[in-house]
Amino acid sequence: MNGKYRILLPVLSLAFLLAAVFYLQPRAMSYFGLNLLFNLAVPIALATIAQMMIMMVNDIDLSIGTFVSFVACVTATFLHDTPVLGVAILLAAILAYAGLGALIHIRQLPAIVVTLGMSFVWGGLAVLLLPSPGGTAPVWIRSLMTVKPPLVPMAVVACVLIAGISHFLIMRSSTGTLLRAVGGNAQAVARSGWSVAKLKAGAYALAGFFGVLSGVCLVGLTTSADANIALRYTLLSIAGVILGGGEFTGGKISPVGAVIGALTLALAGSFLSFMRLSPDWQIGAQGAILILVLAVRLLFSRRNRKWKEAAQNG
Amino acid sequence: MQQATGAGVSAPDAPLVALTDARVHFGAVRALDGVSLTISPGECLGLIGHNGAGKSTAVNVINGGLTPTGGQVRYLLADGRDGSGLADAQACGIRSVFQELSLCPNLTVLESLRVIHRDLTGIGWRKVAQGRIAKALAEIFPGHQIEPGMTVGELTLAERQMVEIAAGFSDGRMPARLVILDEPTSSLDAAIARQLLSHINTFCAKGGAVIFISHMLGEVFDVATRIDVMKDGRIIASKPTSEFTQQGLIDAMGHVAAEKSAARAPGSAKTELGEEILKTPEGLSARKGEIVGLAGLAGHGQAEALARFYMSRSGKLGQVKQPEVAFVAGDRGRDGVMPIWSILRNLTLTHLPSLTNRGLVDRDGERRLAADWRSRIGIRTDNMDNLILSLSGGNQQKVLFARALASSAPIVVMDDPMRGVDVGTKQEAYQLIRNEAAGGRSFLWYSTETEEVCQCDRVFVFRNGRISAELTGDNINEENILAASFEMQGVGT
Repeated sequence: MNGKYRILLPVLSLAFLLAAVFYLQPRAMSYFGLNLLFNLAVPIALATIAQMMIMMVNDIDLSIGTFVSFVACVTATFLHDTPVLGVAILLAAILAYAGLGALIHIRQLPAIVVTLGMSFVWGGLAVLLLPSPGGTAPVWIRSLMTVKPPLVPMAVVACVLIAGISHFLIMRSSTGTLLRAVGGNAQAVARSGWSVAKLKAGAYALAGFFGVLSGVCLVGLTTSADANIALRYTLLSIAGVILGGGEFTGGKISPVGAVIGALTLALAGSFLSFMRLSPDWQIGAQGAILILVLAVRLLFSRRNRKWKEAAQNG
Repeated sequence: MQQATGAGVSAPDAPLVALTDARVHFGAVRALDGVSLTISPGECLGLIGHNGAGKSTAVNVINGGLTPTGGQVRYLLADGRDGSGLADAQACGIRSVFQELSLCPNLTVLESLRVIHRDLTGIGWRKVAQGRIAKALAEIFPGHQIEPGMTVGELTLAERQMVEIAAGFSDGRMPARLVILDEPTSSLDAAIARQLLSHINTFCAKGGAVIFISHMLGEVFDVATRIDVMKDGRIIASKPTSEFTQQGLIDAMGHVAAEKSAARAPGSAKTELGEEILKTPEGLSARKGEIVGLAGLAGHGQAEALARFYMSRSGKLGQVKQPEVAFVAGDRGRDGVMPIWSILRNLTLTHLPSLTNRGLVDRDGERRLAADWRSRIGIRTDNMDNLILSLSGGNQQKVLFARALASSAPIVVMDDPMRGVDVGTKQEAYQLIRNEAAGGRSFLWYSTETEEVCQCDRVFVFRNGRISAELTGDNINEENILAASFEMQGVGT
């Protein structure tokens, strides 16, 4: 029952915002309009999935924004100029993420501190690569991001694909189940003879992988990169996971919800532009939308949970 | 003794597990101090001892989770080889069902099986898992209401325990040959516990082995073929069940526990009861100084009624110096202890408003209060600044009792507080509750154990979320409670 509410609310909030946008700007209700609305949501959705992998194991990643920026810089420079070296760097970055996961578990470090520290490392590396905005997107990613599938725009197809694949990976596969179990009760997992360090490293590696995808997609859309290109992704991704019905602890996450949450956040920005709200107010208004949705969710789940838990002993 | 009917190719009476002089020392603490025991196919070993006697450590050594610091553990594998270590323990078919629930609340029932069964991989693993858990549940608990697709966190405590037990007995790549059950019935009601006990009997008759740990001696007598008594990290007695008596066991454990609540004389206390201070819409009522029991089968609305009452009298905005109601949790992990706090902090938690001086906590007052309660209810620790989790379950529960009783609240709500608590601590707690009641406090006490309910002055029996009977005085006995809990059940379902 709770599980159904979990996905219902993100879907409703997205539908509501979409309806509002269509009402304000009927021309958005077209192939081109939809693509424009959701274009930039694709990298956000990927970053949100990356964040979700970390939140799945009860940690939080404060470095995802700078990590995506770093990946974008690598994509616009190395991946374009020397593809082999570029791929090697990105693989090394994923390995670094896996290593961080293992380190955080083995040394029992708070993830929030480690990733905050790492955000300066990634940010520094990004500035070293591209001190000023520039670089060029590799042709293949540029053409992939601008492909025009029939009937449904690329942005929508991409989001459905991301949601579907990550849902299969995390919610359906046996390995994904084990990863979620780490968030639910790591002690029980360890007691059954699994290495929690390896599992956590796996979850972090997945986060790194989706972070890399996010950065590459972003450059495909913007054609060039900048060391600060994705800084706001850190908070957007956390908000997206929560908006999508995920929780900070307990391994309660929903990949489909996370993608929808990311779309909602991206749409909130467009909605405010259509309202002709001055950009100065937009960030605050975006926050207000977020608070509103979360408040509704709290109303939904609170009564439910309170009595459920009270009744649990019985 | 039961005759083993042969599991695998090994000789029928060759032991599955043999511990030789196993020792586990954590620093100066001797959790296990030279234990030797063997378990053969077809045997059901009852392992008893009060909290902290080393049972859990012994279990962890047997299932391979803990490597003993001295001595030896050998497993007899299905192909006749000898082995040791966690991997061999699993290959040998040793499964454990732990006392603290060890499921992941965010997974579904069938997904939980994935954590314990390593062979559940590849395409179609869900179907296999679903088949295994559904089969085991149907076999052990016929008539259960659990669907494999349900999320564990939404099950009741009893249902979770059922899932865990079923997972322990379920089929796998290596069938279960030895299942270790640590307090398996602590949150099950009598009828379901009975289903489990009879399953254990069939399982053993088919050549399986079980280690059964329970504080409910009646159950141990029902299923065990042999009983080992542990005390201070050693096995101090090991005899076939028929050679023990209940009293003999209690004496052996080193606790002088009265057979029945001899101190309580029903009826005599009644005249001293004061005016009615509590009445809920659903019919619960209590008078000053009364111990009111909530009985019935687990999951029939008792905990819910307590929670509703408690919420209606507390949880207002602002600080309350004199709370109306205090709460003693039964599910310590969920709504009792603050796991990373010290014993002291845990004890004084609800008392903080009255220990506050101009917005700051009065440290000395806090210490005095804690020291006072430590000696009053005998919390076994040398330093109240130790972490709460360093205490055994029974002592943690004492801290929770102290937390509630230290307040001035005239009503104390107790939600099955004796879950997994040893016999000696229980007796102390009963005494404590009676003393407090004599001092004018009222208690609302939900319990799954009839023995505890019989301590009460008045008992409300719940069925299907409603009160089905109110018993007082001499009418409070097992037959009446069972009758009120089961009545109409056959017609209803």
